[in-house]
Amino acid sequence: MTMTATAPHEHHEAAGFFRTYLYSTDHKMIAKQYLLLGLIMAVVGGFLSYAMRWQLAWPDTEVPGFGFVGPETFNVLVTNHGTIMVFFVAMPILLGSFGNFLIPLMIGARDMAFPRLNALSFWLLALGSTVLCVSFFVPGGAAPAGWTGYPPLSAKAEYTGVNWGLNLWLLAHAIEFAAFLLGGVNFLTTVVTMRAPGMTMGRLPLVIWQQVAAATLFLLSVGPLIAGAVMLLMDRLVGTGFFIPERGGEPLLWQHLFWFFGHPEVYVVLLPALGAALEVYPVFSRKPVFGYRWIIWATICAGALSFIVWAHHMFVSGMDPRLAMPFSITTILISVPFALTVFAMVASLYRGSISFELPMLWGLGFLAMFTTGGLTGIFLGSAPADIYLNSTYFVVAHFHYTLISAVIFGGYAGIYYWFPKMFGRMLGTRLGQLHFWSTLVFFNLTFFPLHWIGIAGMVRRIANPLQYEMVAPHQWINVFSTLSLLGLVASQLVFFLNFFLSQFRGRPAPANPWNATTLEWTAPSPPPHGNWGASMPAVERWPYEYSAPGADRDWVGQRAPTVEALLRGEGRA
Amino acid sequence: MFLSWLPENISSFGRDIDGIIGLIYYITLAWFVVTMGTLLVFIVRYRRRPGQAAGYVRGERLREAAWILVPCLLILVLDLWIDFKGAAVWAKVKVDLPQSDVHVKVTGKQFNWVVTYPGPDGKFGTEDDKTFLDEMHVPAGKPVRLTLEAKDVIHSFFLPNLRLKQDVLPGRAIPAWLDAMKPGQYEMPCAALCGMGHSGMKATLVVHDATGWATWVAEQWSGEKK
Repeated sequence: MTMTATAPHEHHEAAGFFRTYLYSTDHKMIAKQYLLLGLIMAVVGGFLSYAMRWQLAWPDTEVPGFGFVGPETFNVLVTNHGTIMVFFVAMPILLGSFGNFLIPLMIGARDMAFPRLNALSFWLLALGSTVLCVSFFVPGGAAPAGWTGYPPLSAKAEYTGVNWGLNLWLLAHAIEFAAFLLGGVNFLTTVVTMRAPGMTMGRLPLVIWQQVAAATLFLLSVGPLIAGAVMLLMDRLVGTGFFIPERGGEPLLWQHLFWFFGHPEVYVVLLPALGAALEVYPVFSRKPVFGYRWIIWATICAGALSFIVWAHHMFVSGMDPRLAMPFSITTILISVPFALTVFAMVASLYRGSISFELPMLWGLGFLAMFTTGGLTGIFLGSAPADIYLNSTYFVVAHFHYTLISAVIFGGYAGIYYWFPKMFGRMLGTRLGQLHFWSTLVFFNLTFFPLHWIGIAGMVRRIANPLQYEMVAPHQWINVFSTLSLLGLVASQLVFFLNFFLSQFRGRPAPANPWNATTLEWTAPSPPPHGNWGASMPAVERWPYEYSAPGADRDWVGQRAPTVEALLRGEGRA
Repeated sequence: MFLSWLPENISSFGRDIDGIIGLIYYITLAWFVVTMGTLLVFIVRYRRRPGQAAGYVRGERLREAAWILVPCLLILVLDLWIDFKGAAVWAKVKVDLPQSDVHVKVTGKQFNWVVTYPGPDGKFGTEDDKTFLDEMHVPAGKPVRLTLEAKDVIHSFFLPNLRLKQDVLPGRAIPAWLDAMKPGQYEMPCAALCGMGHSGMKATLVVHDATGWATWVAEQWSGEKK
């Protein structure tokens, strides 16, 4: 089945602007579309966080460039910052862009299994993003019920004073889920059916394994939440009462549906980032990844466990308290497979020859930040500790350490690493160095102190910390965090500058600038439509053959010289 | 780094919760130091140097993989320890509610806490009930039984100094308890986003010593006693 896609299909006509940039079915163009959309939405989400943090530092003062915030707008900011960053930044970049770009190139295919479906997934996502952005401008404003949208607050317009803003917010979710459902089906089909000859599952690069795991988790978990979103929309629009007690409904049902999806969703975002870091480590330490198979099994275990931990978001929600400890135990157990992965990454450096080029810096930053976020998760996974810490800024600090480690550090590891392949030019090193170090410093200055103010008793989603006697003495932390956020935002401007300058002025990239082993580096930079020209690749060994004893250089690529050589059984590793 | 930021604890089970937080803190701190330390050592020790080639270590065989599997086994043991210690604390705070002769009903509504006492007859819904807005009084050193409700949306009953938090939902009456050991006034914020007045939705908990409690009760229900 993997042997079929050889000669005829490689020729592609030069297309016009519309077919090249808008209605493109080339997986690489779609990957760029996802990346651009994700970056645009990141600007929107980042702008919201700026207004939010300004309000927290200097409550009820005019925010430069935004205007007055106050409590009502603050809830809108809190809600949409979360929604945008998770669903419209993290997923488009890490899953949409990386998955689309890498899967065909790394498994040796010409495109995704369903190229037109692929374009449809992207444009659905673009529609969803548009709907969400439009929701800011309808009468009553955008959704203010938290990114988790707990009913009854979200179920009746009278509780928030927001009607269409919240309806559109729900609609945007439904569209986004549909987009990634189609995308996920495409990812799985492609990896299962379109691998090059010799590309067994045991030779698949880890980032592809992580993409497959992420797509699977998403497909298996999102169904209940799509149902939930439709039910909530019906509660709002046609008077049903799924989540409204006085109509016989149950508010907790939403929380179960949301978190049944929500926890796997965390790994949907995390795993592709982890995968990007795992690709970067062997390349820049010139040695194999440590424990390839162990990492794959750890990912599968963590993915499976992620379906039975969801109620750790609900320890104090009012569900039967006897349910808490079983969920607490499964939650804390999930630390084992992730610890294994973290240790494997550290061990991958052992006896390496590490060069600190930009992708590696981000990869190492990812590991350090993710470990920190993972460890603070143990506090929240423990049901009794969570009685106190739930809904405080400790939670905010925790999930920014896990999600930002994934989206920013893991994401940039991938962007800096694959940029040459994607755009045919190298990203500037000086601006890149500035970007990394300033991001690392300002990220920690912004978010680490939030642990402290959370432990001190500052609850989430309050617009004015000064209203609380317990928090007011620690207000300096809010000011400090906000000032650091300004630095963090400014650091990202350095990236945008570098990103766009390098498109035009960057050093032209050779096919394999990093001396890496995986298949994508055997295609030209950037690869043409159809990726491989006339000869399809074949694969003869695992993906991390660095510094192998007896080899004449420190890397041996996965790709076999020819399909025929492979079929004759030459050169097996 | 973390523990000193906890506000003063004044409840009996708060000590247990702080104990769990402390236990997790020291365990995770140790792992943080070990992991980051190893990472830093490797980064420095194995930085690229001329003439020094990388080793070929795949870590697939059990003998090599033991370097990461054994620490994971240790983590598993520590996890179970945290769970085991935690289960007892959770049961104490949330499952096994002690007997109490003081019973208070707290209802969250947009954007206040309504605190109701059953009065001398010990029954809610009778004439001698008394209701306070954003003000809750309890005696020190006695377990107090709570019934937590919500009128409209989800709120969260939070007493940081007592290490107690419980979401309240419309349509449910959730039992809880607390045991304040030190007289004084304490802040009681709402910890769940409940609408535009969420920020600033808070009440005051007044913990009375024995004589203060008797006086307060007498003041409130003196009319009925005559």
